[in-house]
Amino acid sequence: MSEHYVILLVLVPLLASPLCIFSRNARAAWGFAVLACLTSLYLVFQVWAEVMATGPITYHIGDWAPPVGIEYRVDAVNAWVLLIVAVIGSVVAPYARVSVEREVEAGRIPLFYAAFLLCFTGLLGITVTGDVFNVFVFLEVSSLSAYGLIALGQDRRALTSAFRYLIMGSVGATFIVIGIGLMYVMTGSLNMADLAQLLPQVWDTRTIKVAYGFLAVGVFLKLALFPLHLWLPNAYTFAPSAVTAFIAATATKVAVYMLLRFFFTVFGAPFSFDVMRLDMVLLPLALVAIVTMSLVAIFQVNVKRLLAYSSVAQIGYMILGISFASVTGLTAALLHLFNHALMKGALFMCMGCVMYRIGSVHIDAMAGLGKRMPLTMAAFVVAGLSLVGVPLTVGFISKWYLILGALERGWWPVAILVLITSLMALVYVWRVVEVAYFQEFPHDEDTQEAPWALLIPMWALVLANVWFGIDARTTVASAEQAAQTLMGGAP
Amino acid sequence: MTPPALVLASLLIPALGTVFVLLLRKNPNAREAASLVTAGVLFGTVLRVYRAVMAGDRPAIVLAEPIPGIPIELEAEPLGVLFALIASFLWIVTTLYAIGYMRGHHEENQTRFYTFFAFAIASVMGVAFAGNLFTLFIFYEVLSLSTFPLVTHAGTEAAKRAGRIYLGVLFSTSIVFQLLAIIWTYAIAGTLDFTSGGILSGRAAAGVVPILLGLFVFGVGKAAVMPFHRWLPAAMVAPTPVSALLHAVAVVKAGVFSILKITVYIFGIDFLTQVGASVWLMWVAAATIILGSLVAFTKDNLKARLAYSTVSQLSYIVLGAMLANASGIIGGGMHIAMHAFGKITLFFCAGAIMVVAHKTEISQLKGLGRTMPVTFFAFFIGTLSIVGLPPAGGSWSKWFLGMGALEAGQVGLVAVLMLSSLLSLAYLMEIPLKGFFYAPDEAPHHEGVHEAPTPSLIAIVATAVACLILFVFPEPFYELMTLVVTP
Repeated sequence: MSEHYVILLVLVPLLASPLCIFSRNARAAWGFAVLACLTSLYLVFQVWAEVMATGPITYHIGDWAPPVGIEYRVDAVNAWVLLIVAVIGSVVAPYARVSVEREVEAGRIPLFYAAFLLCFTGLLGITVTGDVFNVFVFLEVSSLSAYGLIALGQDRRALTSAFRYLIMGSVGATFIVIGIGLMYVMTGSLNMADLAQLLPQVWDTRTIKVAYGFLAVGVFLKLALFPLHLWLPNAYTFAPSAVTAFIAATATKVAVYMLLRFFFTVFGAPFSFDVMRLDMVLLPLALVAIVTMSLVAIFQVNVKRLLAYSSVAQIGYMILGISFASVTGLTAALLHLFNHALMKGALFMCMGCVMYRIGSVHIDAMAGLGKRMPLTMAAFVVAGLSLVGVPLTVGFISKWYLILGALERGWWPVAILVLITSLMALVYVWRVVEVAYFQEFPHDEDTQEAPWALLIPMWALVLANVWFGIDARTTVASAEQAAQTLMGGAP
Repeated sequence: MTPPALVLASLLIPALGTVFVLLLRKNPNAREAASLVTAGVLFGTVLRVYRAVMAGDRPAIVLAEPIPGIPIELEAEPLGVLFALIASFLWIVTTLYAIGYMRGHHEENQTRFYTFFAFAIASVMGVAFAGNLFTLFIFYEVLSLSTFPLVTHAGTEAAKRAGRIYLGVLFSTSIVFQLLAIIWTYAIAGTLDFTSGGILSGRAAAGVVPILLGLFVFGVGKAAVMPFHRWLPAAMVAPTPVSALLHAVAVVKAGVFSILKITVYIFGIDFLTQVGASVWLMWVAAATIILGSLVAFTKDNLKARLAYSTVSQLSYIVLGAMLANASGIIGGGMHIAMHAFGKITLFFCAGAIMVVAHKTEISQLKGLGRTMPVTFFAFFIGTLSIVGLPPAGGSWSKWFLGMGALEAGQVGLVAVLMLSSLLSLAYLMEIPLKGFFYAPDEAPHHEGVHEAPTPSLIAIVATAVACLILFVFPEPFYELMTLVVTP
């Protein structure tokens, strides 16, 4: 049985998705979603534990041997990303019930959970597969359902944001499939491990270099690397709160994983960094993203949009870590993948609570909320400090490895820039804190703390921020092992 | 309790104190009693750690290990014990003083005040007993955060603005310079443990050391080395007990203490002398000493003048560290103690004058000494100690600092020390002189003005007498400091 866990973790949410539609009942659909997410989490955890203990697992779909059949392959890298996606899904799903009832039309709620589970399936599928075309298939599954989820937002602008995301996302996906096609033309294979063997023979052809270019731009679009991030702020701002929390914590992370998988495993670090000089592309883009997007975030008045811009900056940190092309840099990137999911998940869930009670996430509307919703705002403070990178939170651990990586390369101006941008994060987090704690509450007297159904999942993430900030041994060990796997080349 | 447990207890006791203060918030008398008892128990605990350390023990305990190889670790060594002794003893006195002050001044939110006060002391203990740079950094930041509600206590627009400067300067220096220096140190040495003789000797290139040391000196913003001193005058909007204990003793001393500790246990004084890395920073400290004194002259507000005097005096200790020889380190360490007792006396007096006579400006103090003779005499003794004149304790630390400057061959710095003593004599002595020898401006002078409330007065007398006792009895601090320089 346990050898089928790898496929089951994708199948369970996939099959639960139509159940949500057939049930036609909001509660039942929610029940299916939570159950499916938790089952996946259990399976992912088992797989992760096995990979950490005994090394990579492979699974042949329908027993067709690779490279012809589709192979699922889990090593330290994707086990780690699977864990991130499954954990966030399992925290957001229970949170969604109350939040979605408030923010989504009642008749569409079963559809919401169906789309949610499809998105979850897609993200897990991209991560678990060892076949490049399968990556594309799951990418479309997750993207299409994500467009639908975003379009369910209350604000009419949700529709235009979803449409814009659809256009940009489809361009990205098309670029990726062109890249995959060119690789197939040159090698006749779609299996990642096989490609890794075959590609070095055709490294110097223009076709492969072009394929590399198409893949790079497609993935950059998907992970919202500056300046291809334009779809992200509106999509995050107008989507329902639960969707924002889920997508912000997982979708871009999986896109970063795709980048790592394509450029480190399939093409290999030597080709990426010695031939294509990927680091020379990533480094400036990451630095510009970090600086400009942090600056833009400071001037936002909609807190969800503020956090969205901060996300683009934080993705910059991950890309920065990758651009160091060293084990420490990759460790930093992979740690931040997990840590940023924890902090942004928690922060967007805070915004969900605020939305639930006062119906707005405009910064002025949050005046005095520190007294009215003490638990929600305390969560915002802790998760916000984690975003800044204060010691004893996970944000600090990521920053530590990132700066260590920069100093190892001798790039001390980069290290200083990372520290200065942390201060910029402090400024935008502090703006919200000041409004919430130092201003008087203007709303009706009866505004209360958010319901427990929202508070418990949110605080679970907030405490995880602190827990893995005080004892980061597990996370650092996993990220380090994953980084070594990536630098080692083919799996 | 075993010595490691005692070290841990000195963190937990004030932390527990916050719980008691919160529980007893309905009954102010019981609440203040809880603060006093906590302070007393803490001092007793630190005394036992002191005895263990004097017996040659170095009790250590690991609390957690956030990053593999970099634990959160507490370890008691002589310098930390010296700092912990002073902070915990003066906490007792300050609590006593605060009882009179906060009630006499009708401050609001007193429970919040005592809670965060106790919490700040817990983080001070963490700074004092930090076993490595990482632990030191964490408690340093916790201290900044926990004192923020104390600085903004009044809740006014001015207090909020001051709070922003306070956190802004302390956070930006510590994150941009100090954290960078810490990670850099780790990248060079592969460890962050405080080790006698330092961890950088033989590992760091000679060209790097002056820069790294500079990052530490400026990065420890709490030491208020110019140009990063602005937060200290800003913090003076806080209630006077906060200014007294935190911004004359605990917080600022946490800064200079960190610099001393980093100098001795990360760089190692022999290594620093050999590389000559600290010479440029000696002159930065010297400039702060002189400029701080000069700015103090221009301030008519009593607390602002004391604040700039603190900026100037803190750099004595930074200077002692940068001299990087035995006398300099001993002088710096002893000045932590001597300046603490002297400056806290001055702040206590300033607070008493504010509460009783409602005077905040120096020009308003004429003749007030005749109605508040004890307060003004205590101020006089505190002044002697700050200036470094016998029969007050401050003379010893200045003596050793002067010796250190001579041993380092920096005659110019001796002149700086002399000049600064003269300056501080002038700007501080003005206050008791005005109080005792000038005729009051207004005819019906100071109706109904009397001495400070009794608990506050006891505190004032206690610290003033301590200044005198430390002149004849400085041995405990001297012995601790000799242990630091002769491992």
